[in-house]
Amino acid sequence: MALADTRPPVAVPVADGVHWIGALDPGLRQFDIILRTANGTSYNAYCVRGRDGVAVIDTVKENYADTFFARLESVARYDEIRAIVLNHLEPDHSGALPELMARAPQATLHISARAQATLKGVLRGEEELSRVRITTGEQASVSLGDRQLAFLQTPYLHWPDTQCTWLPDACLLFSGDVFGCHFCDARLFNDRVGDFRFSFDYYYQHIMRPFREHVLNALELIEPLAPALIAPAHGPILREAPCDYVRRYRQLAAPLLHNEAATSEKTLLVFYVSAYGATERMAQALRDGAETVEGVRVSLYDLAGGEVAPFVDLIEEADGLVFGSPTVNGDAVKPVWDLLSSLTLVNVKGKLGAAFGSYGWSGEAVGLIEDRLRGLKLRVPAAGPRARLKPTDEELRACRDFGRDLSLHLTGRIEKRIIDMAALG
Amino acid sequence: MPKANVTFEDIGITVTVPAGTRLIEVSEKVGAGILYGCREGECGTCMTRIVQGAANLAEPSVLEDRVLKDNLAGRDIRLACQAQVLGGEIVVRPA
Ligand code: FES
Ligand SMILES: [Fe+2]
Ligand SMILES: [Fe+2]
Repeated sequence: MALADTRPPVAVPVADGVHWIGALDPGLRQFDIILRTANGTSYNAYCVRGRDGVAVIDTVKENYADTFFARLESVARYDEIRAIVLNHLEPDHSGALPELMARAPQATLHISARAQATLKGVLRGEEELSRVRITTGEQASVSLGDRQLAFLQTPYLHWPDTQCTWLPDACLLFSGDVFGCHFCDARLFNDRVGDFRFSFDYYYQHIMRPFREHVLNALELIEPLAPALIAPAHGPILREAPCDYVRRYRQLAAPLLHNEAATSEKTLLVFYVSAYGATERMAQALRDGAETVEGVRVSLYDLAGGEVAPFVDLIEEADGLVFGSPTVNGDAVKPVWDLLSSLTLVNVKGKLGAAFGSYGWSGEAVGLIEDRLRGLKLRVPAAGPRARLKPTDEELRACRDFGRDLSLHLTGRIEKRIIDMAALG
Repeated sequence: MPKANVTFEDIGITVTVPAGTRLIEVSEKVGAGILYGCREGECGTCMTRIVQGAANLAEPSVLEDRVLKDNLAGRDIRLACQAQVLGGEIVVRPA
């Protein structure tokens, strides 16, 4: 067994006048509750030296502040720090910020406009807040004398506040969570660490994928820069073929399957679970009704026969989603919840949503699913049909009508309704 | 009593309501896709785009104004839990 390393932590050179001053957290197995990691993670922070002073890019999780300060002190004095840049204010990067602001009272803090609200939860003092510079307009760059840092607005990657920082003379991108992953390896650089490719993809799928549109916008800004080195806030520093990782984001952000429906056509997916065939018959009636409307491609899926992940892929591309579930013990059934709880992985905001289902004594499932869909920011235009046990002909007709109405909503051809508030009770 | 027509674009429904009604009271009843958190004009969850008829809503309070500013909301955004209808035609949709 190797002897424990008792030397104080020091900075690691990354490029000319640029050092890594982050911290390693090899024991971490779960991040933000939802993410798993087999290799821990790292909180990467960096120090950039220019003729007239030093910039610090990001900090670390609070309980790693000592390591961060020790590494920083190995390459700079606090009174040399001119600028502190926070690419993203989540606690894993802002944990040592209050203390750093106190130790470097002359330094300005450079954050995006969207970060201001969050910052109030991190820094409380008026004096500190007066040192904030918003990284747009005239303050979209900061000078260290002979070198500049420029800011790229890359919102939602991974929070609304997120930005990237570009060091043009070194062609170096400090990318924050973008191009990061939870993979801890003390060898730091992508050409020296263990194989982290699956961690890179996993991180994209869980953190970036819900914001695909924003990823594409960010790539428009980053690709033309052709970075020679990418220094993310987690995981290996990408110095060998960094543009491969930019290209990988392009691939990951592309739709998985080409949908052969004409671009003018809307797509409606109907998912159902059926115990005794009642919800299934409702699903079929709904599908038949939906198909009577020109310009809508309707697809029907039995959730009992499929895995969640491919359905999530389909949903990402669809215009409308309908979920059919029987009510069992006053609730929708598990396969439906499993799928619904995975929808935070993709952007479903503004899609059309609906529910339906059969029941024995009470039919809560439909309302519960509709509430969940609203919570996911789908538009739920109408309360869905329910049927007790075996659906009657009339109930099946109601399902058909409902399906047709959903298609009319999708194509914008639904007749507008006018009602009086008094009639709503 | 003066009335107003509030249209929820996302679900294609227009509701006739008495003046003084807050958007939240109507949108919840018809199931429009506007979400609510605190319901007290603090969290900004209920930000709603006013597509038409902004002048037919009562002016935002100081509190509402501040929450909208903090959330960098555009000028056509209001808090549905706060905004009161005065009359005429108003068209809204989730922000
Ligand atoms: S619900 Fe919180 S501000 Fe309206
Ligand atoms: Fe983050
Ligand atoms: Fe992070």
